[in-house]
Amino acid sequence: MNDDAILIKIDSISKQFGEVIAVNNVSIDIAAGEFFSLLGPSGCGKTTLLRLLAGFESPTSGEIYIQGKPMSEIPPHHRPTNMVFQNYAIFPHLDVAGNIAYGLRKEKLGKVEQTRRVDEALEMVKLPGYGQRRANELSGGQRQRVALARALIMRPKVLLLDEPLGALDKKLREEMQLELRALQETVGITFVFVTHDQEEALTLSDRVAVMSMGNVMQVASPQDLYHRPVNVEVADFIGQMNFFDAEVSEMIGDEITLTTEGLGRISLNSTAEFVRRGGKVVVAIRPEKLSLSDRVEGDDMFSIQGTLSTSAYLGDRSHFYVSVQGHDEPIAVAGQDSFSLERGSEVSLSWNADSILLLPAE
Amino acid sequence: MKKKEAPYIEKPNRPLAIYAVLFLAFLYIPVLLLPLFSFNDSIYIAFPIKGWTLSWYQEMFTNEPMFAALMNSIRVGIVASVFATFLGVFGAKAVTRYRMPGKEPIVAVIMAPLVIPGVILGVALLILVNAAGVDLSLYTVTLGHILICVPFSMATLMSRFEGFDKSMEEASADLGENTWWTFWRVTLPMVFPGILASLLLCFTVSFDEFILAYFLGGTDPTLPLFMWNQLRFPNRLPVVLSMGALILLISFFVVFFSQWLVRRDRS
Repeated sequence: MNDDAILIKIDSISKQFGEVIAVNNVSIDIAAGEFFSLLGPSGCGKTTLLRLLAGFESPTSGEIYIQGKPMSEIPPHHRPTNMVFQNYAIFPHLDVAGNIAYGLRKEKLGKVEQTRRVDEALEMVKLPGYGQRRANELSGGQRQRVALARALIMRPKVLLLDEPLGALDKKLREEMQLELRALQETVGITFVFVTHDQEEALTLSDRVAVMSMGNVMQVASPQDLYHRPVNVEVADFIGQMNFFDAEVSEMIGDEITLTTEGLGRISLNSTAEFVRRGGKVVVAIRPEKLSLSDRVEGDDMFSIQGTLSTSAYLGDRSHFYVSVQGHDEPIAVAGQDSFSLERGSEVSLSWNADSILLLPAE
Repeated sequence: MKKKEAPYIEKPNRPLAIYAVLFLAFLYIPVLLLPLFSFNDSIYIAFPIKGWTLSWYQEMFTNEPMFAALMNSIRVGIVASVFATFLGVFGAKAVTRYRMPGKEPIVAVIMAPLVIPGVILGVALLILVNAAGVDLSLYTVTLGHILICVPFSMATLMSRFEGFDKSMEEASADLGENTWWTFWRVTLPMVFPGILASLLLCFTVSFDEFILAYFLGGTDPTLPLFMWNQLRFPNRLPVVLSMGALILLISFFVVFFSQWLVRRDRS
């Protein structure tokens, strides 16, 4: 990334709580105007990292720069960031307008100007006319909009969002995702979004940092995360994936032959640095990259025989699970639901050589 | 029909109902005798009541020493409850909001006056006040009352502080307010019902406190002390009763009012 485009520079940040390392030597650059997500299971350090950005926690070591300025000595109330809290933190003793105008005190606006700004913010989050409502009269989705308006009215450089959609039901959440993305494009503010929902992260983000146990494992676009995960953990966390342990049995230049547990022998080209003759690797393939057929066909190198053990109907598609020799877990295959097969029938699986991913053994 | 429809947990239970009635009678009949005999046209407390009169109430309003004692108690109560609540707010914020070493022992020490026998506390404070060369007066009584009111205030306010989400204060900081403004604009309004409850509770505690007032009081008695002194004169008893009845009535309204405030805040 070119240096001018960098808005937030997270430089070797670590945060320790007693013996627990919540964030471990994390470095990320975030560009101005980016929708950036921190994705990971609970306890992976994503919320701590967000709170470090907001200034609610101070780093054990490392530094955060926003617009080139080091932030560690700057308290939350002087940072160019605003936050949407997980539980929204709507002030119950103020009405909606009072909540939204909360941060405007120092601007010493006239009453007319302040009302105009609040109305504008309410308009932006699609709650016009809600100014006089009290917090306890709002639904979860409305509270979330108020929290957004209250933060955005401050015109921050960075908006921090801590799992803001977590408390909403599925349908509302999907609606809000689209709205949030549209809103981010309208206001052009950098969003840093924390979530444990990989689908949400992929839908919303320009780039995603996948975290686990305090470490950032990969920072990439949603497409790259899905198609080019760097390790088994990322591949497993993003979407569904079949894994096979394998050994590199031959290696001539870039051409390697693998002996896999379940897929037989596979030849392919790889320049990955972790590949060594006789070494262990993991072969990964997405369910939708496999095709299922009830005829025994194709090249041995790109297909394998098995028995259908079970299938799951998902509406727009189905998942089939195929047991093969040498692999304990049945292999997941995505297929059309018109495809009707008896449980226990003999099938063959086939794939393209370039849909196979090589990952370092754990 | 209706009985059958009642869910298991709501089924009427006669022995328990009788127990409840007896329990309430045991609690309140002695208290209710007070207002009853305050209208009795005799200085002796005995049934049957001879006749009805309002003269004790008239006498109460013309009894200047009693009125002075009442005002003493109100003054002490107001000052003690305001100071105790003031200390309670900061103490409760400190122990609920900050990580600090030795928090549990500190809270235990603050709460100690609740369990220290009043006589011991009274003697200890009397010795201290004498050693310091301070004359006994309503001021020393007030100091004693602040000491015993702080635990009540702390207990009330700590539950209020714990009951509200820390992220409210973080949100305020995030929106540009420093610690002082955050306290003023978010913390205080949110604990306000707790402050009101603390004021009323501390006032009540101070108002009917006897032992410390007895040890630390000077020549100006508080109301409980005055009433105690009056009991030496049998013919003054009915006036004391009418005073008691009036206090009962007022306390009822104060408690009712505070409960109403807290409930209104919740809905």
